[in-house]
Amino acid sequence: IVNDTFTAQQHPKHPTNMSISRAIVGCKRVIDYAVKIRVRPDKLGVVTDGVKHSMNPFDEIAVEEAIKLKEAGKVQEIVAVSCGPKECGETIKTALAMGADRGVHVLVEGPAYEGLQPLAVAKLFKEVVAAQEANLVLLGKQAIDDDGNQTAQMLAGLLDWPQGTFTSELELDADGKKFKVLREVDGGLETLNVTVPCVISADLRLNTPRYATLPNIMKAKKKKVDVITPEDLKVDITPRLEILSVEDPPVRQGGSFVENVDQLLDKLKNEAKVL
Amino acid sequence: MASRLWALTRPVRIYRKLQPVAKNYSNLASRPINMYSEDEIMMKELVARFSADVVAPNVKEMDRTSVMTEDVYRGLFENGIMSLEIPAEYSGVGGTFTSACLCIEEVAKVDPAVSAMVDVHNTVVNNTLSMWGSEELKERFLPSLATEYVGSFCLSEAGSGSDAFALKTTALPSTDGSHYILNGEKLWISNASQAGLFLVFANVDPSQGYKGITCFAVPRESEGLEVGPHEDKLGIRASSTCPVRFSDVKVPKENVLGDVGQGYKYAISILNEGRIGIGAQMVGLAEGCFESTMPYLFERKQFGQAIGNFQGMEMQYAEVAMEIESARLLVYNAARLKEAGLPFIKEAAMAKLKASRVAELTASKCIEWLGGVGFTKDYPAEKFYRDCKIGAIYEGTSNIQLITIAKNIKQNFQ
Repeated sequence: IVNDTFTAQQHPKHPTNMSISRAIVGCKRVIDYAVKIRVRPDKLGVVTDGVKHSMNPFDEIAVEEAIKLKEAGKVQEIVAVSCGPKECGETIKTALAMGADRGVHVLVEGPAYEGLQPLAVAKLFKEVVAAQEANLVLLGKQAIDDDGNQTAQMLAGLLDWPQGTFTSELELDADGKKFKVLREVDGGLETLNVTVPCVISADLRLNTPRYATLPNIMKAKKKKVDVITPEDLKVDITPRLEILSVEDPPVRQGGSFVENVDQLLDKLKNEAKVL
Repeated sequence: MASRLWALTRPVRIYRKLQPVAKNYSNLASRPINMYSEDEIMMKELVARFSADVVAPNVKEMDRTSVMTEDVYRGLFENGIMSLEIPAEYSGVGGTFTSACLCIEEVAKVDPAVSAMVDVHNTVVNNTLSMWGSEELKERFLPSLATEYVGSFCLSEAGSGSDAFALKTTALPSTDGSHYILNGEKLWISNASQAGLFLVFANVDPSQGYKGITCFAVPRESEGLEVGPHEDKLGIRASSTCPVRFSDVKVPKENVLGDVGQGYKYAISILNEGRIGIGAQMVGLAEGCFESTMPYLFERKQFGQAIGNFQGMEMQYAEVAMEIESARLLVYNAARLKEAGLPFIKEAAMAKLKASRVAELTASKCIEWLGGVGFTKDYPAEKFYRDCKIGAIYEGTSNIQLITIAKNIKQNFQ
């Protein structure tokens, strides 16, 4: 059943001469970074039951960047989007408490959620972006559970929009038509101009996310969150990848002392097999 | 024989009229005590983050100098942690009493001294003003208490602690009846170094005994009000505790909270519930101490294995974990009883008494488990050990809690 209040008509764009009327921010619910991860007995995943979850740290940075743009008058409205089970409502609420205006929750539960992979998420986001008539998408560079680092790139491809990934600095031009994006890449720092509309993925040093203050947490209760399903968006989320096994990394062996360089070379060649 | 001690422990019937009954009472029956609402959990998590990020780095220094860091003090206000139950129309968060206890607990896990300030401000000062202050007083002071400065509750004196109503501070009415003149000295006043507002209990007519005790809202800038230097304490050192002297302080009659001569009732009432907050603080202290000590037991190896794996140690930390859980359940059940508008005085006294004992047990054991390093200031256990003692003393000593519990039980058998 399509939720009629979801479409853009119900949330009219503010009259504006800013080119960024609506920003979509993705926030994924992941196992909290401080939790000690344990592999499931069936070796097909990790234990998630009863484990503390929170918003993906890179997504928090993306939310913060969106709010900063809004506070600077560069973005009119921020919509926080999350795909997953009903607990994702809390993740969206956190984004609302930080300062997002509205939320969209794409409800995916049970086995369908276990099989939800970046390509499917990118397809879901593409439909949400179209329905919301957004012209900016901010995502975290990767999720700390799957370390995928794919959704932003795939989404940009599907939308046929330019992308600025691993962003550590973001500056909107005075005319509001393009971003100057500073990217942290393996070779150093790269600066790009990325025209709007675009997809930006946030890296660690982009900003320091604010706390959602307690009064804002209470105010967030009044903000609207639309709940829809992949069927409403007509997206097929069947996984394309099958997880064969999940294992703990090998237990770390102690090192050993060597007497001289010859011994070192011998060990590197014959034991570690790196030469 | 109606001694003043008896007056302190007699249940106050007036109290129930002031409390709304929980709307979802029928749903509470099937929920575990440890199950909190979404809002309560969000608030708890925010405070946990704030405590870890902003408070934790300053704990040692604040304890050493006995001064609360400005960043911590301001940060508490900026994040709404000092206005947990104040309604939104007075710039507060509008949370439940349980959410306040959860926040107090989270802060105590990191620093019981900061938690003491948060607790007294929220559960004693703000709530006294909210419950008995006139609309005009609430509008005048609640927004400032929510966003700007901390408040103090001035009841105890050199000659009156447990025997609170033996207080000697007078508030004699002026001849034209427009104001009262306060004279006296209060002792052991928490938050006094920074407080912008003092809720002072003074007697308008000593010939009436405790029936003359009245509660006054006295701003810091009042002429004749003097805050003395803070005490050099064993524990919770970052929380300021000072004498406050009143020399001919003029207080307008509009600043009386509730009715003249009813102050003793308000004091008992607020302390009956405030002690649940202390219970939460002590549970947080115990939990924080326990959690900071346990990892060490699996790092420290003796006789070929981690000491945490010896049965002797397993049995000890199992006992302590059980004690912490039992104290937590007493505290949060008392909090829910209060929210539901049900009688809670006995349960609140039990909660505070148990929690303070558990805090002491936990801190003491943690130092033993840590061994030599636990005895140094390099590890957090020694501070928790010093901080826990106050739990048995303030907001009603442990002996007073026992008497309160006994009085409640006796009623059923006399």
